[in-house]
Amino acid sequence: MNHLFQYTIRLADNASILGHRLGELCGHGPILEQDIAMTNVALDLVGQARSFYQYAAEVEGANHTEDDLAYLRDNQDFRNLLLLEQPNGHFGDTIARQFLYDAYSFAFYQGLRKSKDATLAAIAEKAIKEVTYHLRWSSEWVVRLGDGTAESHAKIQAGLNSLWRYTGEMFEMDETDNQMLAQGIGVDLVLVKTAWLAKVNEVFAEATLTLPSDKTWMQKGSKKGIHTEHLGYILAEMQHLQRTYPGCEW
Amino acid sequence: MTQAQFQARIDADIKIEPKDWMPEAYRKTLIRQISQHAHSEIVGMLPEGNWITRAPSLRRKAILLAKIQDEAGHGLYLYSAAETLGKTRESMIDDLHTGKAKYSSIFNYPTLSWADMGSVGWLVDGAAIMNQVALCRTSYGPYARAMVRICKEESFHQRQGYEVIMTLCRGTAAQKQMAQESLNRWWWPALMMFGPKDEDSPNTEQAMKWRIKRFTNDELRQRFIDATVPQAEFLGLTIPDPDLKWNEERQHYDSGNINWEEFYQVIAGNGPCNTARLAARQKAHDEGEWVREAAMAYSKKQEQRNKQVA
Ligand SMILES: [Fe+2]
Ligand SMILES: [Fe+2]
Repeated sequence: MNHLFQYTIRLADNASILGHRLGELCGHGPILEQDIAMTNVALDLVGQARSFYQYAAEVEGANHTEDDLAYLRDNQDFRNLLLLEQPNGHFGDTIARQFLYDAYSFAFYQGLRKSKDATLAAIAEKAIKEVTYHLRWSSEWVVRLGDGTAESHAKIQAGLNSLWRYTGEMFEMDETDNQMLAQGIGVDLVLVKTAWLAKVNEVFAEATLTLPSDKTWMQKGSKKGIHTEHLGYILAEMQHLQRTYPGCEW
Repeated sequence: MTQAQFQARIDADIKIEPKDWMPEAYRKTLIRQISQHAHSEIVGMLPEGNWITRAPSLRRKAILLAKIQDEAGHGLYLYSAAETLGKTRESMIDDLHTGKAKYSSIFNYPTLSWADMGSVGWLVDGAAIMNQVALCRTSYGPYARAMVRICKEESFHQRQGYEVIMTLCRGTAAQKQMAQESLNRWWWPALMMFGPKDEDSPNTEQAMKWRIKRFTNDELRQRFIDATVPQAEFLGLTIPDPDLKWNEERQHYDSGNINWEEFYQVIAGNGPCNTARLAARQKAHDEGEWVREAAMAYSKKQEQRNKQVA
């Protein structure tokens, strides 16, 4: 098993799948300014995905392109976090998903920018600037919705509660994580969890929201390629042209 | 100021600014035109947004996202320009939803293949540019300035769209066929974007006199045809107009008759996607209501808290 490839493809798939989900919302936002903001985040994520896929292709050494990796792998080969493939739902659900991930990726890239792998460190360095902005945006909306009206409070709380079960696997270290950490390439997810939880607590407090129960039964599987039912539909749509017209330039 | 003094400013090519006196009809015409233009940018996001999740490469996906985001930005500038005339964005949006305000009829056509992402950029943004370049010199200052910003981005969109089509034309036979089929569907609706024939466009004369418009519909349409035909030839695509030919004497292309019945039907709400487009806008608006309320409630609370601190 090529651990560096595995490690990189996870990051690529995370960015690609969440960018895809946000892309579904382009033109349908609740306020024009927020439509633009969500598309901004989508654009940054697609950009990050491209950088990671390009590097993954290089590490893999099998003459694949970024698009081969994004468009020609199937469900079981995808390694994005389950959280990120969850449907957009209403704006509160979208914000809940975004905030939980932004707080995670912010902490994660803070670690990865110090990676001994120069390429990963460079991608993280660029990503952290973007994610800083994403996290500010999603935190502000968690606060606005949480401390807005009774309706918005209920909606964002429900969104966070139902997505909470996908947060456990974000911090699970498997063989690849351990290997990468040992080589000074990867990030210690235990440290990421501490930083993440601090941020979540801080924002929830300001938003007058309640932290979901720590007894929540966590869903997991993405690190082994076992996903929720949603990913299959994302890929069916995303990969449609590449699969219908194999080997074309677009 | 009198009507005559106002007209003298216009004739001297002096820009009219929000605080200047203006005839009510001038104000009304501008609100109608600018808000219609803003709505077109926003509704225009939908047919292209339709292909974001199916974009065939990550690079194309990023370009498409950025393009649609630009259109949202155009909508914002234009709503702001229209607001300087005394109408709020909310009331303009209400007019869109109730059908009182129109938007460009082109966006009532469906995007059915990836090639349509090329055709929309090449032909629809291309046709829009013809109109918009002329509008950079329109008499109302805020509108003219918004158009200058917008035009730079539109010509970029046009080139990107052309590049999508070019890639298809240089690809496999199936891809080239996809490009041709798309051109067949978009050519005539693109020509209709310039509006009715001059003799059927009663508002043109006054709009020209006020220098809101600088060229007639038919002049701009001709300009578009003359610019676009060679581009299609370069790609090896056939324009779906058997009557199209170069007129040496006029130094312009002659072209066939537009199906005006179709044009008026689409404007009247009977295009393939009128209902779907409006429903999508209405849905986004309705589903966003609790979000806008929450944002307002929160900012009120913040204000209160700041007062208590002070
Ligand atoms: Fe535009
Ligand atoms: Fe455009």
